[in-house]
Amino acid sequence: MPDTTAPVAARLEISLWRRIADHLATCFAVSTVIIVLAPLVAIFAYLVIKGVGSVNLAFLTQTPKPPGEVGGGMANAIAGSVLILAIGSLLGVPLGIGAGIYLAEFGRNRFGDAVRFVSDVLNGVPSIVIGIVAYALVVLRQKHFSALAGGVALAIMMVPTITRTTEEMLLLVPNTLREAAYGLGVPRWRTTLSILLRTATSGVITGVMLAFARVAGETAPLLFTAFGNQYWNWRLDQPTAALPLQIFTYAISPYDDWHRQAWAGALVLIILIVSAVAAVRFVVRHGTLGGVA
Amino acid sequence: MGVGIQVEKLNAWYGKTQALHEINLNVQANHATALIGPSGCGKSTFIRCLNRMHETTPEARVEGKIKIGEFDAYEGTSATKLRRRIGMVFQKPNPFPTMSIYDNVAAGLKLNGYRDKKHLDDVVEKSLMSSALWEEVKDSIHKKSGASLSGGQQQRLCIARALAVEPEVLLMDEPCSALDPISTGKIEELIFELKAQYTIVIVTHNMQQAARVAEYTGFFLLGRLIEYDKTEKIFTNPSDKRTEDYITGRFG
Amino acid sequence: MANHALFRPQMTGPQSVTGEKIKRHASPLLNASDGVFADRVFSWAILGCAVIVLAILALIVWQLVGRSQLSWHAFGWKFFWGQDWDPVNDHYGALPFVFGTLVSSFLALIIAVPLAVGVGVFTTEMCPRWLRGPLSFTTELLAAIPSVIYGLWAIFVLVPILRNYVQPFLAKTLGWTGLFSGPPYGIGMLAAGIILAIMIIPIISSITREVLSVVPQHQREAALALGATRWEMIHLAVLRNARAGIVGGIILGLGRALGETMAVTMVIGNRPEIAKSLFAPGYTMASVLANEFSEAAGDLYLSALVEIGLALFLVTIVVNALARFLVWSVTRGQPARGRA
Repeated sequence: MPDTTAPVAARLEISLWRRIADHLATCFAVSTVIIVLAPLVAIFAYLVIKGVGSVNLAFLTQTPKPPGEVGGGMANAIAGSVLILAIGSLLGVPLGIGAGIYLAEFGRNRFGDAVRFVSDVLNGVPSIVIGIVAYALVVLRQKHFSALAGGVALAIMMVPTITRTTEEMLLLVPNTLREAAYGLGVPRWRTTLSILLRTATSGVITGVMLAFARVAGETAPLLFTAFGNQYWNWRLDQPTAALPLQIFTYAISPYDDWHRQAWAGALVLIILIVSAVAAVRFVVRHGTLGGVA
Repeated sequence: MGVGIQVEKLNAWYGKTQALHEINLNVQANHATALIGPSGCGKSTFIRCLNRMHETTPEARVEGKIKIGEFDAYEGTSATKLRRRIGMVFQKPNPFPTMSIYDNVAAGLKLNGYRDKKHLDDVVEKSLMSSALWEEVKDSIHKKSGASLSGGQQQRLCIARALAVEPEVLLMDEPCSALDPISTGKIEELIFELKAQYTIVIVTHNMQQAARVAEYTGFFLLGRLIEYDKTEKIFTNPSDKRTEDYITGRFG
Repeated sequence: MANHALFRPQMTGPQSVTGEKIKRHASPLLNASDGVFADRVFSWAILGCAVIVLAILALIVWQLVGRSQLSWHAFGWKFFWGQDWDPVNDHYGALPFVFGTLVSSFLALIIAVPLAVGVGVFTTEMCPRWLRGPLSFTTELLAAIPSVIYGLWAIFVLVPILRNYVQPFLAKTLGWTGLFSGPPYGIGMLAAGIILAIMIIPIISSITREVLSVVPQHQREAALALGATRWEMIHLAVLRNARAGIVGGIILGLGRALGETMAVTMVIGNRPEIAKSLFAPGYTMASVLANEFSEAAGDLYLSALVEIGLALFLVTIVVNALARFLVWSVTRGQPARGRA
């Protein structure tokens, strides 16, 4: 579609330059995609190549050997992560869902706006700063590092995501369902829990899972809350190992065997996160008769 | 048996706008009463005041007296308790999508703590029979979800759901306006059967429907009750000129 | 009354439908509670949850401000200009960390922005439809990788590449600028900038995608109908409209980079020095917290670290708020629409 008022030769010249620019732009865009995807492919490739050989039964069932010795595993770190994540979820999920219900059912006012704003602000706080606060609130009081402190830090990080998603999903439930329930003489609290949450279940669970996947790999807030541990620990008030923490410690150490184990740990971490996400997706899809979103 | 409804000096506001002006009305027990009128005349607002559904809108306000049978709908009883004595069927069928047909019908009882399984089975079967849906779904009440039925069936499911709670009054807000003629016909037959046992108030845009199913008809215009009388009289010999104009299609 | 011959409705009733007599019984719910008490408890419970969310932020501010008072009173504003971070003598100046944070983040932006915007433009404007889903999924996948795994990969894969190939090359070609001088450790500001860039690309590209897809289709069609090439259409009709939103996405990426801890700590070298060369090791605010917080003995030491945390907190809040405002002003809260 060239400019038809210019003489023929000039017409062709303008067209050519513009076409070159168009092709250059396309080439640039395509190359950015390639450049961006390359590290992703590389990371996954290295995780598999360097990690797969080391993820064996010993790795998954043993605790670390003293520094410099070969062998041992990250069993206590995996267990510790599970413990800390459980504490974090127990604290953060009900809190987030409760706040989300409030925003959806009662929150069309200034106070609700404030909660939404604060939730967004909390989302952007660096995780290490949250670790400092958990340290101040829990560790200083207990006088030692603990799994509880780690759980508290992770809970704080989960709440904003869960709150926003729960609110969005509840607002998607059509008002006609609320009216049907009220019309039957079902009290408000029962309506919200049994009808609205039921209908929005898959969406709410997706939000919880997103928050969970995000905190499962977090290291910074655990550095001075859970702190890490060479041995097994199931107590809430003692320092606990965690998978991301262990990977960090091993990676920056000078020992080759620990480097090898760091790769294995990283592979296990990614697999655990992805499986958790997939498992929840599966349960949600096949568990209900179908609902909104 | 159904009960009568007495409405005295009912006024209703949405925020600053007054939606209903000084409504006085007596609904006869065990009869069907139709409310007609052009869009926006207040008939839907009116029946929502009867079961206090207007309270779900934040800016709604009501003054006046409404008595359902012997007791006052507003003083001394909570909206929740009131709504168990008055059932409501809405314009667009709204079965609970995540529940089976069985659970939908039983919802009004189960969600209020009623747990007797044997009795629930009886109630569900009886309600579905009362709403003429039993024959069509009896093999799949546990398997199919409420939302998987056709429009007419969904509305009959909603009627069964409302009946399961054994209300004394049944309010219907344009129940057939979203349905095809055959489903509409089935539901009109249903209303004719039901009114022997329940008191029915039905809002409708369709004057022929009012004439077919209701013994009494009230004509609303701009938030006021213009005329309320036996259906036969309203449609053949109305007392008010505005009623006549509406009936003959001059407006609305 | 006037003649109503025009309208004589049929008054015959419908036929009985079931033949069964419909019988009413007493309501089984006569004694059921009306839930007023439970309603009240429920309302208070969820209000409590909402209040706790506010309280969490209040707690964060209270702890950060409270515990940094000691350092604030000791050093005042000079804290952020002092170059000397000396735990042994209990003297603290945070400039090296501020410098490190700013330089690594802006370096990350310089690298990430063209790439991320390019990916965003490609996905919304140039990509064949079947590729769009998988492509956005894969970029989202980048966002899901934990920071420590980025760091792990960076130490053992990225840093050797930098040390053996990239840094010597840069020193030879651009060494005269002074930005690429000094021994090529691999570890250092450059490595930190690159790994940060990889980590913030998904955010910027996903916001870019969002704001580009909200540009109405008719804007694109108008440009094409005037005879624009595809690039010209993108440049004039789409990017120009979405400019504020893309800037918002960039600022959001900046916010993320400022607070990023683990990957940076693992490759930046952790030396509190200010140097011109990108090859030199450095230190960021987040990294010093990660490395020294758990061992900080002494109230002033701890207080100085908390003050760094407070500064980081305030900066990221401001940056994120600005970013969200910009994005909101373009999308006005509309969900991203897929192209027809």
